[in-house]
Amino acid sequence: MAHYFKSVLTVLAARGLQAIIVAVIVGIVSFAMMQALPGDAAFRIAAGRYGYDMMDAAAAEAVRLELGLDAPWFVQLWGWLGQLAQFDLGNSLVYGTPVVDEIATQLGYSLLLAGGAIVASLMIALPMGVATGLNPDSLLDRICMGLSVFLRAVPAFALGVVLVLVFAVQLKLFPVAGFRGIENLILPSFTLGIGLAAVSNRVVRDAVVDAMNSDWQLFARTKGLSARLTLARHVLRNAALPVVTYVGVQLAYLIEGVVIVETVFAWPGIGHALVHAIFGRDIAMVQGTALTLGLLYVALNLCVDLACRGIDPRERAV
Amino acid sequence: MLKSLSVAAAIALTAAAAPAFAETRSSVTIASPWEVASYDPAVAGFTIQKLQIMENLVDADATGALRPGLATKWTASEDGLTWEFTLREGVRFHDGSAFDAEAAVLALTRAWGQPGLLKKAPITDIAAQDGKVVVTLETPFTALPAFMAHATTIIPAPAAFDAEGKPVALIGTGPFAVSAFTPPQSISLLRNEAYWGEKAKLETATYLAAGRAETRALLAESGDADIVFTLDAAGYSHLSHVDTIETSAVPIPRVVALKVNSGHPFFNDPKARQALSLAIPRDGIARAITRFPEAAADQLFPPALNRWHSATIEPLQTDLEAAKTLLADLGWVPGDDGILTRDGERFAITLRTFPDRPELPLIATALQDQWREIGIELEVSVASYSEIPAGHQDGSLHVALYARNYGLTPDPIGSVLQDFGPGGGDWGAMGWENQKVVDALKVIASTSDQELRQTNIDTVANLLQQELPVIPVVWYQHTVSIDKNLEGVIIDPLQRSYGLSEMYWAKD
Repeated sequence: MAHYFKSVLTVLAARGLQAIIVAVIVGIVSFAMMQALPGDAAFRIAAGRYGYDMMDAAAAEAVRLELGLDAPWFVQLWGWLGQLAQFDLGNSLVYGTPVVDEIATQLGYSLLLAGGAIVASLMIALPMGVATGLNPDSLLDRICMGLSVFLRAVPAFALGVVLVLVFAVQLKLFPVAGFRGIENLILPSFTLGIGLAAVSNRVVRDAVVDAMNSDWQLFARTKGLSARLTLARHVLRNAALPVVTYVGVQLAYLIEGVVIVETVFAWPGIGHALVHAIFGRDIAMVQGTALTLGLLYVALNLCVDLACRGIDPRERAV
Repeated sequence: MLKSLSVAAAIALTAAAAPAFAETRSSVTIASPWEVASYDPAVAGFTIQKLQIMENLVDADATGALRPGLATKWTASEDGLTWEFTLREGVRFHDGSAFDAEAAVLALTRAWGQPGLLKKAPITDIAAQDGKVVVTLETPFTALPAFMAHATTIIPAPAAFDAEGKPVALIGTGPFAVSAFTPPQSISLLRNEAYWGEKAKLETATYLAAGRAETRALLAESGDADIVFTLDAAGYSHLSHVDTIETSAVPIPRVVALKVNSGHPFFNDPKARQALSLAIPRDGIARAITRFPEAAADQLFPPALNRWHSATIEPLQTDLEAAKTLLADLGWVPGDDGILTRDGERFAITLRTFPDRPELPLIATALQDQWREIGIELEVSVASYSEIPAGHQDGSLHVALYARNYGLTPDPIGSVLQDFGPGGGDWGAMGWENQKVVDALKVIASTSDQELRQTNIDTVANLLQQELPVIPVVWYQHTVSIDKNLEGVIIDPLQRSYGLSEMYWAKD
């Protein structure tokens, strides 16, 4: 048991260090990328603030003066890092509101969507993967393979519009967009979840096939366990390990996916906010959002590590 | 027997359900592309005003005629340098605090200090005097009341600002108060029961910003949104076949225009700009891209601006042969590849535009194709719209395609002065100045003699049509889809209001 806690502590320390490194690197890289973009930041920020009917060179000059945009880049970057060390992400250059406040609202919505997407993907991938894994190379397996390839190839945007047309406009089961209640979560979650499940159901299938062909599976059956008990006690637990690890890998797809899906479903999340911040050259928002997403990635990987340790007793023994 | 029983049961059920069903709805959902992420009138004023959360001293009707808002009357001194706005009494903000001259002065002073419309007026002071708002000017400026109707001059409550003067809440005097705000996507509204004017008929309303045109069309079709603003051409034509919805297109004072660098050696002769204009397929663009054939802009000011739009002006034409002749007169000769050359220089230029309005890049490529016919090689650069004022300032711009709203204020003189006044403007003339236009604009801005004003407006419109510092392409239509059961919907061509307070549901 002591070993177990020690190994958990090691994981926590390693991920904690990783988080600090990620924070600094993400901040510097996003700052550098924003600096490297062509065009004058003061004009872009003024455009984001006042809209094009009211935006002109005078507005851009006022913005430049207000935000100190003519200061050398290293002064601006140093200022941001200094604020970060005090856990202050600064104010949005476009809206003037604290970046922390904006992110706090939007991150909640994005996490809800990401969580919904993972649940949706598991609801599809697990039964499909186990069923095909237990019957490899059957007709069902082949159909699922074809379907998976097709659904992974369809862009999330198109899939979202099709789901809305069928389930919201025709069948009127769910709302089209917005976020009035939990019913608004279903369609965007499945839009993302179907894309995730298209790959993860194959991972589940392969893991089940491997487990079913293993020596220990044969041993379990030989010692007299029924097929059902073998599946429940040994096969699923062994097969879970690559699947959980793969869910971690899929987070990258998820973060990329929320950007598009949030826009289609008018979902007030962080991905959508990031895109707008980039267009508006809102450096503080871009840095804050990228930082949050980076840290989220570290945190979720930590969860995956801990989950794997929980599933696999060998890790604890080391 | 069984059958008739079930029929009877069905009738009984329907009868029982009917009263509940007939209960009239008291809420609407509006969808539009514009996100709201700020409490600041300078940034989000357009939406705050349209949702009738905050109000102006001066209001305007759909024709652009001014009418009392939070001010009941306004008068200018003899010399035209001092304006007094008498305020409405007994008006309260949504938080219960009283609306007074101090609150108005606080809001207007803040608007004046920021980049925006008030900065363009020759104001020297805004002060509260004997319960009135007094604005003093450097030179006479008759459009001041119209400026007071603009979205950036709405009046928030003093409590809407924090100790440092930063806006932190949406508190106004309008017929609707904010009950929930989820930036940037949604605002929930509740009827203001203590409104000074006629109270809204609806109890609640929801505003939803949906950035994608596809999403908005789907919101309309599914009935999730009762009114949807700004549809794309495909969505609009699809929705016009849906039974439960009515679609409508209202001409608005926004025009797609081409800004030409008249200081550039290729364009410094008006003939060159006329040639460009003759090679713009306005009818084709209006029919195939924006899909409103009657909106081909044969003059700059759209019909919605009835004083500035002229019925007698000679309309701009499309004629490729005439364009070629004009360019030949200017010494341009077609080269081997068909592109014109003069003194060893190719007629190769870049057009700047932006994708925020999806029709602009399409129109740009239509121009690219047509202008090649007359021997002009056009490169289209689609980037941020801020590249246009930036290019104006550093002189690197050749031509730019954008949409300009001349209905920002009920009287467009502010925008026109900015675009065609001395030195031109970021969204107007570049390297072009015409003394007659400058003089006429000065008269229009300062006189209160309507006849004199109209004569000068006609002078400006005619000179712009001949000289073409900015070449009009198409006028805009404001496209809307409305649930057929929703009554009292007024689509404001000036886009100052969604008309929420007038709407109500028909009893079914």
